[in-house]
Order: sequence, then structure tokens, then C-alpha cells
Amino acid sequence: MTTAPVVSSATSTTAIRSENLCRHYRMGETVIRAVDGVSLVVQAGEFVALLGSSGSGKSSMLNLIAGLDRPTSGSVIVQDCNLAKMTREELAKYRLHVVGMVFQSFNLIPSMTLVENVELPLRFAEVDRGKRDALACAALERVGLKARGNHRPSELSGGEQQRAALARALINRPKLLLADEPTGNLDSHTGTEIMDMVRDFNQELGMTVVTVTHERALAERYAQRMIFLADGKLIDDQSNGASTHSGIQEGRL
Amino acid sequence: MKINDLAELAVRNLKESLLRNSLTTMGISVGVASLVAMLSLGTGLQALFSRRLEKSGLFDTIFVSSRREMRGMERREERSGPTPGESRILDEGARVEMEKLPNVSEVYPDIRFSSELQFEGKPHLTMISALPSSAKSNDAFEGMQGRFFASDAAPEVILQKAFAEELLGRTPALGAPEPQVAELAKPLLGRELTLHYAQRGPSTSPASPPSPDAASQHADVAGASYSVVSREQKLTIVGVSDLDPESMRGPMRARVFLPLRFAENLHVMQLADLRETSRAGSDQPVYSSISVRVKEPSQIQGVEDAIRKMGFTTFSILDASHSLQQVFKVLFAFLGIFGSLALAVASIGIVNTLVMAILERRREIGIMKAIGASDRDVQKLFFAEAGAMGILGGIVGVVLGWAIGQIINFGTNIYLKSQSIPPEHFWAVPLWLIVFAIGFAFVVSLVSGLYPAGRAARLDPVQALRYE
Repeated sequence: MTTAPVVSSATSTTAIRSENLCRHYRMGETVIRAVDGVSLVVQAGEFVALLGSSGSGKSSMLNLIAGLDRPTSGSVIVQDCNLAKMTREELAKYRLHVVGMVFQSFNLIPSMTLVENVELPLRFAEVDRGKRDALACAALERVGLKARGNHRPSELSGGEQQRAALARALINRPKLLLADEPTGNLDSHTGTEIMDMVRDFNQELGMTVVTVTHERALAERYAQRMIFLADGKLIDDQSNGASTHSGIQEGRL
Repeated sequence: MKINDLAELAVRNLKESLLRNSLTTMGISVGVASLVAMLSLGTGLQALFSRRLEKSGLFDTIFVSSRREMRGMERREERSGPTPGESRILDEGARVEMEKLPNVSEVYPDIRFSSELQFEGKPHLTMISALPSSAKSNDAFEGMQGRFFASDAAPEVILQKAFAEELLGRTPALGAPEPQVAELAKPLLGRELTLHYAQRGPSTSPASPPSPDAASQHADVAGASYSVVSREQKLTIVGVSDLDPESMRGPMRARVFLPLRFAENLHVMQLADLRETSRAGSDQPVYSSISVRVKEPSQIQGVEDAIRKMGFTTFSILDASHSLQQVFKVLFAFLGIFGSLALAVASIGIVNTLVMAILERRREIGIMKAIGASDRDVQKLFFAEAGAMGILGGIVGVVLGWAIGQIINFGTNIYLKSQSIPPEHFWAVPLWLIVFAIGFAFVVSLVSGLYPAGRAARLDPVQALRYE
């Protein structure tokens, strides 16, 4: 593949591999096949977009990769670990150390300040208080919110909240960044800002990124690969050309 | 999660819905307060009773008499012991021997005699008894007017209320209110009484009277001869006691009290002298009965056995204290159950509050799980909140219960004062009760948190995150 150096250096390792992954819900008599036999491979350091209309199963797919949900059948292997076979406790550890997540609705805890929100994962990881503060401040600085550390989420704009959420996702140095419609609640300008930041994480920190979106334009602009889902099935898997990617880089410069 | 992080998060969550959590905590504190109030009343009453009983001298005193005295009342099982004829004489030697027994704090003879007292020229015949100085702490003298004897050998006298009335020539009409002790004591304190009594002279010199002004006569009983001298002694009234002689035991069943050492030195002829002197081989004083006080009521049994082995008849109220303990155990259980009821109701409040909190913070739980909180972390967090409410409620409850106790104690003592009864502490909050109450509140809260915490922990993060 003729892609950015970061990616090419990491192509040798597989970050995510799903095999015939299924997630079925039972609603009364009917069975909803949210994810229905999806097999895909994401290389380490890749920036992948999951596309599809609402109800296509892209969020369910993301939840399975995030270890928030368990597959009905099939397997999902992240960093050589089969999530389907993990206990709840192991899944919690996996979410804590391997995955960073951002959501459409930011999902910051309203009663906590930004610093407290950002350092919350470190509490679960039992990191010492002194270290915690320094790490949280550094993470906030990275997303340009150092000055707002003592504000509560409600005092911030949507873009700022999503940046804080990114800082929180970053705090445990995860290998994998999963984003569920991260720009869905933002205007296009702020959305671009956020996606720029996500791409920075991908390129500078070498994080593998999987983002769910229904905006094709955004996916084309940032992702190296686009995976299309419909009715829980993988219908298309196309990589963006090198030209697109270099175009972004130019745009950034 | 670390314990201090848990505590911090729990307290912050509790602060978030301050009103609801305060009300729940208040519920716990009311429960704890009622428990503390009930149990401290129980403890206080028990302490009051044991204090009273200790002071009454009923439970640490063994009454000793020679077997002869008990001739008519001997119980069947005692027949196996020495026969009355060979039983020992209760004399000074025996007293000293008993004093040397382990755990004995005091051995004093019971001096009790009937004699004539002259006041303002009028004679009054009454029962007189001697008191050891340890009787000072006896509750019988709590409501006393005046003071206790200055010393064990002072020529002083304490009168019983009814006798004071008699001296003053007042006979209360039937149904009339009891006269106040203070009123009776006022004209009597510091006044003098003259005691006329029969002194037992040394038996070896019946012909020589101890003092020239006293008339001397010979007594010849059962072959032994000794002199009896009529004597007079001036006594100062120092106190008037309001105790009822009918309610008192042994030596206290008298209307006039003398200091023990002083009374001993009088060598008043007592009834027992007539019988026992005939058997006594020496000049040592012979007593009709002796009171042996032990250091702790629990030591009574051992000392009593030792004295029985010496050949004397003993009597003590041992079983009463045991059954009293039993009664208090039952009382405690009852008070504890009633006190706990309020806490049980409060624990339902905790369950309710926490279940509400789960519904409210469903999304928050989802977020925490999404960013790496384990089931156990979430569970611990809810436990910590329940525990924090429990401890806080426990502390407030203990303070509340203590305050209620103080107020009731205060109020009751005002009432007691108006009835001129000395104030009492029948309310005690010992340290163990404080620790127990807070600990109990904590445990009850944790148990209440069991279901909500488990439910929060099992929450599906995907659904929780979808929840708005």
C-alpha cells in the first residue's frame, strides 16, 4: 500500500480481526441481526471509518470491538485477545488499558470538572494521585484545554467537551481509539477540528483509529479505509487513495 | 479503585443530590438515635441499680451468726454440719480470723440493743444500732440532713426520721403528707441526747464497780457471773436520716445510729451475752452476729464457704443479683429490638435512595464502564455511598441519642429535685455503645446497599449509555 509512513511501518501487525462476527438481539418474537457475520481485519496504526445509514449495525460493531458488548457468535480478536472469551472483569481491564472511546454525546460526567473527568480512568487503574494530576493536565494541554481544567462540562461548548473527551480517551495511552459519531453533535467547523485531532493521535501517537460516521465526506477526508455496513452485513471495504491522504496532509500544513 | 478514591467519589456523589441523601442519612440517624437512647437507658438503669445495690451493702455482705442463734431456723441440709453444741463462739478471735480471709474488705460486729434515750427530760425507749464508717456511702444516708459521724469513735448520733418526729412530739395524722426531713432536722441538729445503758463489766471482778457514781449489780446467768453497770452517755445529734427502718436489713433496722467503734467501747450488754458468755472461755467480747464485707460481689460465694467451714452460719443475698442480671439481659434484648426497628425502617430508605440513584446515574454508570470501570468498581462505589451514609448517620445518631438522653435526664432531675430526691444518672452512653451504634449503622447500610450495588454493577453498559 502506498500510504503514509506511519501506516506502512505498522502493516505487519493486525490490530483488530473479526471473524463471522454476529450480534443478534431478541425483541419479543423477532430477532434483530444488528451485526450479521462480519469478517474484517484492521492493521495496527490504520485509520478506519465504519459507514452506513442508521440501523446498519455500525455502532453495534464498534461496541463489540470496544468490549462493551459480547458477540452472539463469531469472534473479535484485538491485540491477540479474543474478546468473546474474556470474563467481564477482563473486558473491563481491556477497556481501561487497550481502548479509548469518544461518543457523539461526549459522555463527560456532569458533576465532575474536566480534570476529574479526564483522570477518572486513572482512578480505575489505581494510579497515584500525584501522577494522576500531572497526566490529566498534560492530556488537557494536548487538546488545548489546560486553562479550563476546573470547569464543569456544562460550562463548555460542544467542541470543548469533545476535546475533553478525547483527552480522557488518551489518558491511559490506549492502542485503539474508537469514536462513535464524534462529530455528530458538532457544527462542521468544530467537527473538522476534532477530526484533525483524532488524525494527530493516529499519526503522532500511532493509535489505531476506528470511527463510526454516516458522513461520507468526513470519512473520505480523514480515513485511510472505509468499511460500509448495511443491515449488519459488510457490503463494501475500500481504501482511500494515497492522493486523498496526502491531500489531507497538505491541507493540514 | 483505591479506598480513598472510593471515599472521595462516594462523598462527591452524595453531595450531588444533597437533599435526598441528607434525608436518608437523617433517617439512619433517627434510627441510631432511638437505638442509642434505648440501650443507654438500659445501661443507665443497670448501672443505677447495681450502684444502688452496691451501696445497700446487700450484695457484698455476708451475715454471720453462731449456729446457736439459728437453732430454730436451721435448714435440713445443715444438720450434717457441727451440732449446735460444738459450734464456735462468735467472738473477737473469730472476727479477726474472718478479717484475714482473702477478698474480705471489712468485718464488723453487729451491735444492736434496745435502750433508753433522754431528750429534754423525757425518756424514749428505742432500738439503737452501730454503723461502720463504710456505711457513709450507703444510699440510706443519701437523703440525710446534717452529716455523717465525724469519726468512728465520736459521741455522735444519727436519728431516723420517725424517731426524730417522736422526739419533737409530733405524730403525723393518718393520711397527712409526710413531713420533710429538713424540717425535722432543723430543731434537732446539734442538740444533745442522754443515753442510758447497761454496761457489761469485766466478769473476773464482779465486786468492783468501774465508776463510783454508777450503781452496780450482779448478774448470775447459767453459772457465769459478771457485773452489769448502769451508765449514762451524752450524745450530739449530727444527722437525721429519712430512711425507713422497715425496709432495711440487719443492723440498719434501728431508729438511732451510733458510730461502731464508739458503740463497741460502750460495752453495752446485749442479749447474746447472756447465752454466749457462759460458753466463752475468755474475756473477749462475744457478738451475736457479724457482717463480713467482700471486695466484689462475685467473691461472696468463696468467702461464705470459708466462713461456713469455720463453723458459723452465714447468710447472703447472692441469687438475687444473678436473677437481676438475667432480668437486665432480657430488658436489653427488648430495648435493642425496639431501637433497631427504626434503623430497619431507615435501611429501607437507603435501599430506596440508592435504587433511585442507579436510575438517575444510569448513564454515568455506563460512562464509567465504557472508560474501564469494572463491575466491582461500580459495586464498591455504591457500597461506599451506602457506607458513608451509614457512618455519617451513625455519628449524627449517636450525638442525637446522647442529646435526647441528656434532655430526659435533665428534665427528670428537675422533677426529682422538686420532690427533694437527689439527682440520679440513669442514662449512660458508654464508649462501647457509641462504637457499636456507629458500627451497626455501617453494617446495616452496607447490607442495604447490597442489592442496589449489585444491580448497578450488573448494568449493561451499552444500554446504560443509550439511556438519556
